[in-house]
Amino acid sequence: MKRGLLLGAMVVAAAILVTSVALLLLEWRARETHQTSVAAIGGPFSLTDQDGKKVTDADYAGQWKLVFFGFTSCPEVCPTTLSRISLTLKALGPLGDKLHPLFITIDPERDTPEALKSYTAAFDKRITGLTGTPAEIEAVAKAYRAFYQKVPQGDDYTMDHSTLIYVMRPDGQFETILRYDDTPAEMAEKLKPLLEQG
Amino acid sequence: MVLRVLLGGFLALFIAVANAGQPHQYKLGPLEIDSPWSRATPGEAPNGVIYATIRNSGTEPDRLTGVESPAAEQTQIHDMEVQGDVSSMWLIGELDVPAGQTVTLAPDHAHIMLVGLKKPLEVGQTFPLTLTFEKAGSVTVEVTVEPAGAMAPGEGS
Repeated sequence: MKRGLLLGAMVVAAAILVTSVALLLLEWRARETHQTSVAAIGGPFSLTDQDGKKVTDADYAGQWKLVFFGFTSCPEVCPTTLSRISLTLKALGPLGDKLHPLFITIDPERDTPEALKSYTAAFDKRITGLTGTPAEIEAVAKAYRAFYQKVPQGDDYTMDHSTLIYVMRPDGQFETILRYDDTPAEMAEKLKPLLEQG
Repeated sequence: MVLRVLLGGFLALFIAVANAGQPHQYKLGPLEIDSPWSRATPGEAPNGVIYATIRNSGTEPDRLTGVESPAAEQTQIHDMEVQGDVSSMWLIGELDVPAGQTVTLAPDHAHIMLVGLKKPLEVGQTFPLTLTFEKAGSVTVEVTVEPAGAMAPGEGS
């Protein structure tokens, strides 16, 4: 009788132990996946800014950033994106000064710092163009999981590329994405509460 | 139902009146080319775009087979798409203009690309573009330059 009770208690204890361990494991895994999904977008980079200065992600620490990719020979999607971002900055008013849009070229062969500077200045002086060596561009695109590909066209080439705009927190962590077809009003609405946080 | 038809009628009338007021309209046989426009090019950007609408009110299909402009080294017909958040663009060379239909060259659609601009395009400037169709022949139109990133003609700066 006593032995039966002991056995029962042991079974119950074992069941509790197994369930707790399983729950802990699940929670730990969930936390880990969450962390990876956040950590997987963005990260350290080393590039050259539109003034020809060597920069890293640390130069933009403490600022809200919009990180997006494109190239200056692109007559369609890139001017549309930059125009939407400049209208978003205007729609944000003074809050727009807290946001630093970084336009990273995926065509470093053609996009010199000077070419980027005159390109971004045509939209808004608060937008900074960044270029780098092909290896640096490959690394930053990989960090942001941004796709790009050179497509030959006659004697020339064009670039296929990601149109996503990554919203990065002042601490360098990924916050959210904006899409190419979001209107400036929609972008401003998403960004406003974030920028108001500080 | 009746109301809807009436509203549709009014809308069609409104569009017709609005179109009639537009200055940049070109006729070429059964084809009508409306408001050819371009975007100012930022900085030293080497390439530009041209948009327009082409309406074929005839019963025969036609095809845009050639584009030429003194503004650039080369003028090409392109199509593009943004799929899965990736944008791509490719040369199509020709563009069908089916009978009774309107083909729109516009942002996020097919467009005419100016490759190797001789000079940057500035807001308010105009430049010629010659369109050649398989059946209707050729017409030269004046393209108006709108601000960089404009999404429609006449948006102003």
